[in-house]
Order: sequence, then structure tokens, then C-alpha cells
Amino acid sequence: MAAEGGGRIVVVGAGPAGICAAAALVYAGIRPVVIDEAPRGGGQIFRRPPDGFARPAEALYGLDAGAARQTHSAFDALLPRIDYRPNTLVWNIHARSVHVLEQAGGRDAIPYDSLLLATGAMDRVVPFPGWTLPGVYTLGGAQIALKYQGCAIGRRVVFVGSSPLLYLVAYQYARAGAEVAAVLDTAPFTVKLAALPSMLWGGATFAKGLYYLGWLKARRVPIVSGVTPLRAEGRDGVERLVWRAADGGERDTGCDGLAMGWGLKSESQLADLAEVPFAFHAGQRQWIPQADENGRTPVPGVYVCGDGAGIAGAEAAALAGERAALALLKDRGHAPDDARLTAIARKQARLRRFRRGLEIAFPFPEAMARNIPDDTLLCRCEAVTVGELRRWIGELDAGELNRAKAFSRVGMGRCQGRVCGPTAAEIVAGECDASLESVGRLRAQPPVKPIPLQNSPAA
Amino acid sequence: MHAMTRPQFHRLAETARKPLRLTIDGRSAEALEGDTLLTAILVNARRLNINQFDRTPRAGFCLMGACQDCWVRLEGGERLRACGSFAADGMRVITHGG
Ligand SMILES: Cc1cc2nc3c(=O)[nH]c(=O)nc-3n(C[C@H](O)[C@H](O)[C@H](O)COP(=O)(O)OP(=O)(O)OC[C@H]3O[C@@H](n4cnc5c(N)ncnc54)[C@H](O)[C@@H]3O)c2cc1C
Ligand code: FES
Repeated sequence: MAAEGGGRIVVVGAGPAGICAAAALVYAGIRPVVIDEAPRGGGQIFRRPPDGFARPAEALYGLDAGAARQTHSAFDALLPRIDYRPNTLVWNIHARSVHVLEQAGGRDAIPYDSLLLATGAMDRVVPFPGWTLPGVYTLGGAQIALKYQGCAIGRRVVFVGSSPLLYLVAYQYARAGAEVAAVLDTAPFTVKLAALPSMLWGGATFAKGLYYLGWLKARRVPIVSGVTPLRAEGRDGVERLVWRAADGGERDTGCDGLAMGWGLKSESQLADLAEVPFAFHAGQRQWIPQADENGRTPVPGVYVCGDGAGIAGAEAAALAGERAALALLKDRGHAPDDARLTAIARKQARLRRFRRGLEIAFPFPEAMARNIPDDTLLCRCEAVTVGELRRWIGELDAGELNRAKAFSRVGMGRCQGRVCGPTAAEIVAGECDASLESVGRLRAQPPVKPIPLQNSPAA
Repeated sequence: MHAMTRPQFHRLAETARKPLRLTIDGRSAEALEGDTLLTAILVNARRLNINQFDRTPRAGFCLMGACQDCWVRLEGGERLRACGSFAADGMRVITHGG
């Protein structure tokens, strides 16, 4: 293998963003390396079940079945023209090489000249007492159980949070035959009305959301707004969720499965390792890799796109992937396709307005996150409580997240703060009466996910 | 062993796949080809492991390889992330440890 990148282009992620980026590169006559940890292409929204599963796309993806089929067949058509590495985790980026670990154990370091990161997102969660009980999952996790495995996370499931996924996954569960005990939205209903002017720009996506809501209502699934989850209770696993209604009254709903989530957060650790600087995004309440509107970062040859570069949804991810690939091609001396760029930019502008509407309609529960009771676990990995973090903040006068982390160990566990990070930042900001931006962000460390120890580094 | 008595997951579809057998804490259990190790265990039991810090049972959380709360030990000592590994016939898993 050449020590230099040899002109090689590496795409990390085979979701809508990575697939559309790869397609644009192949169209320009290039054979990129496409790496994904998952066994099959499609990403999160269009995740494909393992071999031997039989449900048609309509059953798996519902109203998105057409887009799912198109994405899958586009990717299948690319396969002979790309160097596809499924089941392969990128665990480090160093000296312009991506370091990979294959599921079967093989290791490699792949040098690149251009790197396109399309690493997607995961659920953003806010802990409440009992959230580590068996039976409590993220909204995305609940969907994966159903879509990827044909299973429900329980017989009787409560959905709590605020996110388009809240209604979508509840609908998918009810359709598939699970009992949906309640859909509890932490946002008051009035914010949905405030978001309406921007939401109307969402076109089909907005209409789909209304359809799920109407479908659930017609089946008399209890849907409540302005809820605060107080605690999940149970002995060997969740048995009920206790919550406070908008009128202040305490209620509880029996369940053996509970799905929770407040939107998504970017999986941006690899951009950090590639030394891309980050910028704070107030609307998303997170730090995202710095990039221009084409996904071009300040690090030469490194591009970011899709939800990994800031949450924008699957349709926007596909467009951003293509656009980043076009920028990459231009930077490598290919003639720019200006007509295509203009068309992409127009669609992106519409989706940006819609996204702002979603941020209003499904707000992050700031008060809930900053007022979690002291004895609640914040870090699931190492069982650190919210109270311990608060004590360290007080003792150290630590108004900066990485300092609070060093002492409290919050964010130092196996998940590297993927799960607790957003809430930890809210708590530091709340305790110090400081802005969320001023508390900073958790830095990514290699390996970005736990890998087996080995004496010799990558071959 | 009450953890075995009530499953966490329930199959709603895709039940025509080929069965496979594994053991969970020494007891024989049935799963299907194409099940992740997480699914194979949770259609039979309510936990995957016991957190080594607070000694409480855990049953995974994100199912997408992000939270790391689903690591499972095999009797041979090997450790696997259950949501990202497939179950295989004859696997012997232990859920009463970290
Ligand atoms: C669990 C989940 C379920 C969702 N379901 C829906 C839905 O039903 N409808 C909807 O509209 N939106 C859904 N979303 C949001 C939607 O998935 C995203 O908006 C969309 O998929 C973004 O596309 P993407 O290409 O940016 O990222 P993704 O589709 O997330 O693709 C990213 C890919 O990168 C790979 N990857 C990441 N890091 C690494 C690494 N270090 N090494 C190797 N590979 C890596 C991942 O395996 C993944 O395949 C869901 C999100 C999540 C997290
Ligand atoms: S359940 Fe989160 S990593 Fe497996």
C-alpha cells in the first residue's frame, strides 16, 4: 500500500449522505473507498434487515418505502464501482490515514488524499430516575428492534420525549401490532402552533407527521402534550412511568417497554480526530464540525455532510452528500457542475426553513435537563450520578465541561459521553449560570468506540 | 433465575426464520438465524449484563453501537457488543456479570 494517499478518496458512512456522495464520485469516474460499520448500506433511516428477513419495504419503511427502495438500489448499483468495506469500524484518524477494525478482527490503516465524513447521528436523551432499567430504550433503538429484528421492546410500550421520531415510532409500533400505552410529548402543544409557519415548508415530510398523529388519534392511543417524565419504576425492569401532566397532577402509565428521545445529536467524533475545528450551533444546542455550505472544512481535503455535520434529516443528508462530493471534485480539478449545485442549494434552503420549524415544534427540555434530581444516574457506563457532577462543579468552580469530566468521570466511560454529554453540558451551564456555548464540548479520543487491545497497531 | 422467566422483547414479525439454540447462563434457549445476540437473549430474558459499577441489570439502550451498554460475556471469556453481533448456534452467554 502506498504511503501517500495515492489520490484515494475515502467516504465514511453509507447512509443517505455517504451513498449520494459516493454516487457523485462514481459518476465522475472515481472509485472511492466506502467504509461502514453496518453490515449493509442504507444508514439509520434506511437500515436493512439481515439476510433471511422477508418483510417488504412498505412494512419496514412505511411512507418512506419508495425512497428506501431507491436508496438501496442506487447503492447496489454502485457496488461494482466502489471499494466497499462493510462491517468495518473507523476507530481513529491519524496522519491522513483512517484506522479500521473489521468485525472479523482484521486491522488496516488506509491513507487518503480526500476524506468525506458522513457518520450520521444518534438519539439525544435526557435522563430521569429509572432510565437504566431493562426495557428503557432510545426512540431510535425501539425502531431498530422493530425494523431490523421484527421485535417490539415490550408488550405495552410508552413513548416519551419530543421529536418527530416520537410519533413516527409510536405509529410504527401500533401498526405492527404492539400495544402503545401512551405517547407523551414533553413540549406544550402551543409550540407546535408557533412552528406552523416554518413547518408548512416541509411539504411531504410535514404531511407525513400529521398522518402519523391522526392515525394514532383515530385508534384512541392516548397522546398528551406538556408532560414531564418523573421516574421509571420497576423491579427487574420497567413496570411503569410516573409523569407530571401540564396541569401539575401526577399520573402513571403501566408499561414493560419505554422509548425516550429528544431529537438527534451528531456523531462527529471522527471530524474531531481529523482536526476539524468545531462551532457552536445554538438551534441544535450542540457543537458541529466547521464547514462551508459545501461541507468543505478548514482542513484541506476533509469534507463533512449529513446528520454528522449537524442535524438536518435524511432528505437534506442526501443533498449535502452530493454537494460535498461535488465540492471535493472541484477541489481536485474537475469541472464544476454549476447547474446541479444551484438545484441542490434551492432544495436545501427549503429544508432549512422546515428544520427551524422542527426545532421549535420539538424543543429540547432545558428545565427538565437542568433540574434532574441528584440521585439520578447521569453516566450509564460508570454509574456516576447527577449529584456527583454537581458536587464537582461546585468544588472546582468548574464551568468547563472537560474539567468537570476529568474529576467526575462523566463522559469518560465506554461511550465517551455520547449518551450523557448533552445533559452534562446543560447541567454545567445551569449550575454556573453560564451559556451552553461557554461550557465547551467533550473532545473525542481514539478509539472512538471500544476495540480489543492489540500489541501491534494497524498493519 | 427470575431474569429468564419473562422476556423483554416480543416478536411481531419475521418468525419464519431458521431456529438456533444458545445457552443463557447455562440454560438452553431458542432464537432465530439473523437475530442479533441482543435480540436472541432478550426474547428469552430481561437483561444482558450487570453493570460493574452499580450492580444493576442492563438490557442495552441504543441498539446502534453507540451507548456500549450491551456488552455480553461468552463462557470462553470473549466479550461481544450484543447489538452489533449475530447470534450463532451453540453460543454460550453469561448475563450475570459485567
Ligand atoms: C436509530 C435512528 C433511527 C432513525 N429513523 C429515522 C426514520 O425512521 N425516519 C427519518 O426520517 N429519520 C430517521 N432517523 C434520522 C435519519 O436516520 C437521519 O436523518 C439520516 O439517516 C441521516 O443520514 P446520514 O447519511 O447523514 O447518516 P446515517 O444514515 O446515520 O448513516 C451514517 C452511517 O455511518 C456509519 N458510521 C458512523 N460512524 C462510523 C465509524 N466510526 N466507522 C464506520 N462507520 C460509521 C454508520 O454505521 C451509518 O451507517 C433515524 C436516526 C437514528 C439514529
Ligand atoms: S445497545 Fe447501545 S451499543 Fe449496543
